[in-house]
Amino acid sequence: MKITLKVWRQGGKYKGEFVEYKLDNVKEEMSFLEMMDVLNESLVQKKEQPVAFEHDCREGICGTCSMVIDGQPHGPQKATTTCQLHMRSFKDGDTIYVEPFRAKAFPVIRDLVVDRSAFDRIIQSGGYISVNTGQAQDANAIPVEKDVASMAFDAAACIGCGACVAACPNASAMLFVSAKVSHLAMLPQGKVEAKKRAQAMVKTMDMEGFGRCSNVTACEAECPKEISVNNIARLNREYLGSVFASEKIV
Amino acid sequence: MKKLDAKIPEGALSSKWQQYKSSVSLVAPNNKRRLEVIVVGTGLAGASCASTLSELGYNVKVFTFHDSPRRAHSIAAQGGINAAKNYQNDGDSVYRLFYDTIKGGDYRSREANVHRLAEVSTSIIDQCVAQGVPFAREYGGLLENRSFGGVQVSRTFYARGQTGQQLLIGAYQSLSRQISTGGVKMYNRHEMLDLVIVDGKARGIIARNLLTGELERHAAHCVVLATGGYGNVFYLSTNAMNSNTSAAWRAHRRGAAFANPCFTQIHPTCIPVSGTYQSKLTLMSESLRNDGRVWVPKSQEDAKAIREGKKSPLDLSEEQRDYYLERIYPSFGNLVPRDVASRAAKYVCDEGRGLGETGLSVYLDFSDAINRLGKNVISARYGNLFEIYQKITGEDPYKVPMRIYPAVHYTMGGLWVDYNLETTVPGCFALGEANFSDHGANRLGASALMQGLADGYFVIPYTIGNFLAKEIRTPKIDTSLPEFEAAEKEVRDRINHLLSANGNQSVESFHRRLGLIMWDYCGMSRNADGLQKAIRMIRELREEFYRDAFVPGTNEEYNPELEKALRVADFMELGELMCIDALNREESCGGHFREEHQTEEGEALRNDEDYAYVAAWEFGGNPSEPILHKEELVFENVKLITRSYK
Repeated sequence: MKITLKVWRQGGKYKGEFVEYKLDNVKEEMSFLEMMDVLNESLVQKKEQPVAFEHDCREGICGTCSMVIDGQPHGPQKATTTCQLHMRSFKDGDTIYVEPFRAKAFPVIRDLVVDRSAFDRIIQSGGYISVNTGQAQDANAIPVEKDVASMAFDAAACIGCGACVAACPNASAMLFVSAKVSHLAMLPQGKVEAKKRAQAMVKTMDMEGFGRCSNVTACEAECPKEISVNNIARLNREYLGSVFASEKIV
Repeated sequence: MKKLDAKIPEGALSSKWQQYKSSVSLVAPNNKRRLEVIVVGTGLAGASCASTLSELGYNVKVFTFHDSPRRAHSIAAQGGINAAKNYQNDGDSVYRLFYDTIKGGDYRSREANVHRLAEVSTSIIDQCVAQGVPFAREYGGLLENRSFGGVQVSRTFYARGQTGQQLLIGAYQSLSRQISTGGVKMYNRHEMLDLVIVDGKARGIIARNLLTGELERHAAHCVVLATGGYGNVFYLSTNAMNSNTSAAWRAHRRGAAFANPCFTQIHPTCIPVSGTYQSKLTLMSESLRNDGRVWVPKSQEDAKAIREGKKSPLDLSEEQRDYYLERIYPSFGNLVPRDVASRAAKYVCDEGRGLGETGLSVYLDFSDAINRLGKNVISARYGNLFEIYQKITGEDPYKVPMRIYPAVHYTMGGLWVDYNLETTVPGCFALGEANFSDHGANRLGASALMQGLADGYFVIPYTIGNFLAKEIRTPKIDTSLPEFEAAEKEVRDRINHLLSANGNQSVESFHRRLGLIMWDYCGMSRNADGLQKAIRMIRELREEFYRDAFVPGTNEEYNPELEKALRVADFMELGELMCIDALNREESCGGHFREEHQTEEGEALRNDEDYAYVAAWEFGGNPSEPILHKEELVFENVKLITRSYK
């Protein structure tokens, strides 16, 4: 296949612009990132600076890869990270636009690489259960209903990639935050701190410069792990409940 | 280097750890506050270690080259985690888990360490559930188990096919909590490039800030390496793209012995290579072999016709197919252990009966199972795996047989550690896949997660006290010491050397060539001629690399190509050591198969008389002259027998 790429380049000699690259020998079995490897190999051969992009596991689970491909975070295929997207999703002669995830809270580092450490800071503010190593009772001491465990898993499957933020016109992190709040609030082990957690994480989310949620639900549509917006509803309940019913306000 | 001393406690096997815990030196809380620990790596071992040490009151600095500690490659583990809970009442016990691990490792691991691993396995599950890990449950709300990889009990806990992810997120959240309390100072996007040794003890690291290129000196009273395995020496593996050996290798160059480097695990069921641009291989869970039948065409002609697209596998009648695992191993059939299944696939492909464009794949056929059980049952069992397969290959495994081929998956070898998980450099510890201790020559499924978390949550918090109790009077280590200055200068020289070569070939191309050498001569089966040839080729490649590699950009910027160059340079030294180790080990055991040492039926032939030892290699001044130290393995509790799967 022949593919024309328009890649956002920023940093080094580029102030921030789309640069066009033509690739002649793209195979449809290639993953999108392997096509980017081929591009970079050719740039290195020409002694040019390769396109910076982040990636690691290349099997859709680590959440490192990002990229907005033709306007969609992680590209056109549903429930698929960029690393699992293959070139058979494109046609010979296609022109593909490749951009970084764009959000105020995700500053661009270089080219397609952005800083998503705001997500870590949100988790640090309360996205955990406070239990020290060695304090736990026997694992079977508290039964958890099978369906509840399964729903908690669905929320916990979030890979922290940030596609929800990139998809949202407000750059809101509500899907990410709500997935963690839901995961922990649904389990008996996480209920103890649920009220404080919801408040603390929302507060940090706001401080980090993410936008407000206006129920566009683009986050759910673009999420490579199909995290449901039902989690946002659950977060709202947890948050409102904690603000109105709790003695303590974080 | 002094003589190796594994420091195994006295006493009966089952009481060693209990007694050790009761007698090991403790550090009082007021002293813990003054002691600093560096932890490198944030996978299961690193994150669990860092959070636990911080909870105990130590000051911990944690380093990862990732943008976030949650990205570590432990996240990709699929299957599950073993623990001797015996919740299923099916006869499991600590001893059985211990025994299965020793036997599965083909009797090349240390009894005392493995028994301890089995003992603490149960606490791991308790801890993870308390953290909110959503393990699979039964209708009554209690934890569910499944069986895994050839053992006779169901002791594997799991969270769908993403157990590693859920366990890592549990550890990451604990780590995040400690970061918020200030007990842990987190350094994201920092790569360790050297270990600093002061007066014979590990006292710090040189780390490169990957955003600015700045070389930073970080000091502590001791250093813990939890930096994972080295499977990427093969270029293509199931490891993440950035997994590398550099931290462990730099510690090795500073005096830490490297043990059993040739013990690598090759997983039989991976999606095959499809072209030269291929960057990594994807694992398909071992569970597929429960219902899939492995075959290739009986004749080379049919295989050729299928490769050329003139025939389809569906055209071949039963008589034209060779279900070779069922034929050669009638009692275990398609469920033989990983190393046996991998080698058999290689042999049939070497005979010209492999499939796919490259001729390097075999069929895993579900048509019998679909006919017997119905498509719905198969889809309920393996639906997500079939989906992954279809996403990557574009083929529908419900209609045409899946194609699989073995790929490098895990490295049992690693830094030599004693019972305290301390390397031969005092104050330098190694945890998880980075050390060598528990899996011998072959790792059982669902045991890597167990080991990483055992080391981090339940072993190192005790054993590190053995070292730090003697350091309570040691003041904060000063980073302006000449040892730090010298190490930083060496790192800077190395970087400049790579940047100044200004050659014509990409770093990636060198890595790919190294991988091919390793795969061809130090992969699924090895022989003396091939290994000697590989050693020569690696030396030449290394020389060519320093002469003709091209690394674009500068040090003082975000430069992934430079990061890669530093890692590949270390892989090229490790690769040679792996071949030297494989050449030295004149026997076949576990993942290490020497063609000269096989039975008449072509099975692995172990030599317990001469090789029941750990080969711990000391760096000898240059990568081609390592010095061998032997730790004899003493088996007081298990009898050494030959594995048979016929």
